Amino acid sequence: MPATDHPAAGGETFRPLPPRPPPSSTIGPLRWARDNLFSSPLNVMLTVFGLYLAWLIVPYLVDWAILSADFTGSTWDDCPSDGACWVFVGARLDFFIYGHYPPAERWRVDIVFLLLAVVLVPQFIPRCPGRLWLGVFGLTLYPVITGALLLGGVFGLEAVETGSWGGLMLTLVLSYVGIVAALPIGILLALGRRSSMPVIRSLCVVFIELWRGVPLISVLFMASVMLPLFLPDGVNFDKLLRALIGIVMFQSAYMAEVIRGGLQGIPKGQYEAAAALGLGYWRATGLIILPQALKMVIPGIVNTFISLFKDTTLVLIIGLFDLLGTVQSSIVDPAWGPVAVEGYVFAAFCFWVFCFGMSRYSQTLERKLHTGHKR
Amino acid sequence: MADPAARTPARPAALHAAPKGPPPWNNPRVRAVVFQIVALGLVVWFGWTIFNNTLTNMESRGITTGFGFLDNTAGFGILFSLIPYDESNTYGRTFVVGLLNTLLVAFLGILFATLIGFLLGVARLSSNWLIAKMALVYIEITRNIPPLLQIFFWYYAVLRTLPGPRQSLDLLGAVHLNNRGLYIPWPHPETGFWAVGVALAVAVTGAALLLRWARRRQDQTGRRFPAGWASFGLVLGLPLAVFWLTGGPVAWDLPALDGFNFKGGARLIPEFIALWAALTIYTASFIAEIVRSGIEAVSHGQTEAAQALGLKRGPALRLIIIPQALRVIIPPLTSQYLNLTKNSSLATAIGYPDLVGVFMGTTLNQTGQAVEIVAMTMAVYLTISLSIAFLMNLYNRAVTLRER
Repeated sequence: MPATDHPAAGGETFRPLPPRPPPSSTIGPLRWARDNLFSSPLNVMLTVFGLYLAWLIVPYLVDWAILSADFTGSTWDDCPSDGACWVFVGARLDFFIYGHYPPAERWRVDIVFLLLAVVLVPQFIPRCPGRLWLGVFGLTLYPVITGALLLGGVFGLEAVETGSWGGLMLTLVLSYVGIVAALPIGILLALGRRSSMPVIRSLCVVFIELWRGVPLISVLFMASVMLPLFLPDGVNFDKLLRALIGIVMFQSAYMAEVIRGGLQGIPKGQYEAAAALGLGYWRATGLIILPQALKMVIPGIVNTFISLFKDTTLVLIIGLFDLLGTVQSSIVDPAWGPVAVEGYVFAAFCFWVFCFGMSRYSQTLERKLHTGHKR
Repeated sequence: MADPAARTPARPAALHAAPKGPPPWNNPRVRAVVFQIVALGLVVWFGWTIFNNTLTNMESRGITTGFGFLDNTAGFGILFSLIPYDESNTYGRTFVVGLLNTLLVAFLGILFATLIGFLLGVARLSSNWLIAKMALVYIEITRNIPPLLQIFFWYYAVLRTLPGPRQSLDLLGAVHLNNRGLYIPWPHPETGFWAVGVALAVAVTGAALLLRWARRRQDQTGRRFPAGWASFGLVLGLPLAVFWLTGGPVAWDLPALDGFNFKGGARLIPEFIALWAALTIYTASFIAEIVRSGIEAVSHGQTEAAQALGLKRGPALRLIIIPQALRVIIPPLTSQYLNLTKNSSLATAIGYPDLVGVFMGTTLNQTGQAVEIVAMTMAVYLTISLSIAFLMNLYNRAVTLRER
């Protein structure tokens, strides 16, 4: 028996009328367009202007990149149309990814990429089991394994000179080592800058401001020109290591400022509580302060990483072939016609995917960590 | 059985003894001093070793030291210079040329990036869905692509593939763009132009006085005077009127095709345009995000309070929203300006003769005096950064909320 069937109503059932659809002027795409596109004369003008811009750009881009582009083939002769010559990117893809790494040994790079994915992908999945341990592995053991695999010379692996490293692989190596090595140095610098000891504090301030005040390119110049002068006779670093030293110094200064921001955000009560528990400086810092501070600044660290990732392109100026460097050296190849745009679009796409993904990640984290005070 | 009295005398003695501090190796003050001395010693030792190594290395390579090289003849040409320069000038002058070129591109970049950035930031908050999304797409694309890649794109893929001077792209027959650069008309003031300058000075002074008078009158009587529009009209109108009355004392030097190249006007080299365009476009997207977050950071209650006071949208924006948004916007904005200035050193990758390219590149290669040259170059950037940081701190102190 339905619940509406009330005996007082003489057994008659109360049947509500079926709801009428809302008037078409308050819902649906028309209403949306009126609210969001044509709400005022100014907005109408802006919309028309925007549509005109899109009409100018989008059809042209689609036609160039897809409709009249060439996708299959292996040489310049396979690109007869006016559109993009993606054949060029396909033919040079191996070079863009591995540089001059010997083809027979490229499986080692593949393993490194695979491990990187194993470390990174769970970091984007909330509540993935073993996420923390994978992260710790990524910061400690993974760089060692990567070094052994890429350099070779151990476990019967053939040694590969760093001079033949290149492409996307070099970009990833530079930025990964840059961030992993800069993190501990940055933490120490940030702690030093907030230390109560005047000598330590001023040393850290001078170091940080010195590196932050100069462009990375002059740091790289210095690393490649001046570092050999600094070292005693007979000691020599190869080009990649010199660039890495420059990048790590530069990056640790930025990292220190990010972490200092986190340290400043810790309320004084936490320090006092740690002291009341009888913890010394290092134990209080390591067990109470840093875990909270680092968690707060993860978005900031990711943002620094994004800018480092973009900055690694600068190494091509001192003669290393990162992703942009391999593209740059391929587009001047006389065997191909004018393919500069295709090469740059490909490189830009690679960088964009990494940077956009990371910035989305850091925004999600920010939203997760920044609860409350929201309107 | 132990006699309790036998032990009692020891107790008062212990109580009366002077309280002993922790042993020196556990005394925080002693430890801090020792620690700092050790740290300082390490740094000094490190610096001394490097200094010694450098001296020995330079001696064994036959590199001279000191700043004497700045007076030697440079002997190389520079593509683009704001001051007269030729091969017979000194290395010291190459430094000045490079510095001016860096400052030029940084200044123009900052100017245009700010304009575009503010426009985009406001567009991002527009109630018009299409405009907001288009601004978003622009920002997300340009800020996630390395600036060096953008510079290369504009230089190698766009400007270098333009047609030659004979087929150059024209705008109104006055501006010409081809693979040798952008040719624009350039004004040459003639006799009588000083009158326009005087008129401008008079107008600015008059506008300042007008604004002061209007504010005082409003404070005293409450009556308002449209001083903003009036002073704007004064500053723009008076010089224009004088310009027109004196018969337009400016000769425009128009670029014209002469044989295989353009003559006359001013020429902006493609290296400059590529660098300037890329830096402007890249930095504008960051500025847009700063502007957007600055405006969003002003809490909605402020807008409501302004409405409750009966302020219209214009005055509410000008008096309530923008001053508070600027407090959030200006510090990160300055750091973007610094970033743009530092990024202008990417010029060296496409051969625009900026400080790094000319001085740290060519001059260093010719003289080999790495230490002096790198130190001078870094000192320039450090000076710019630290002075801007100093000004920023002053500003921050001036605008921080004074809470009671």
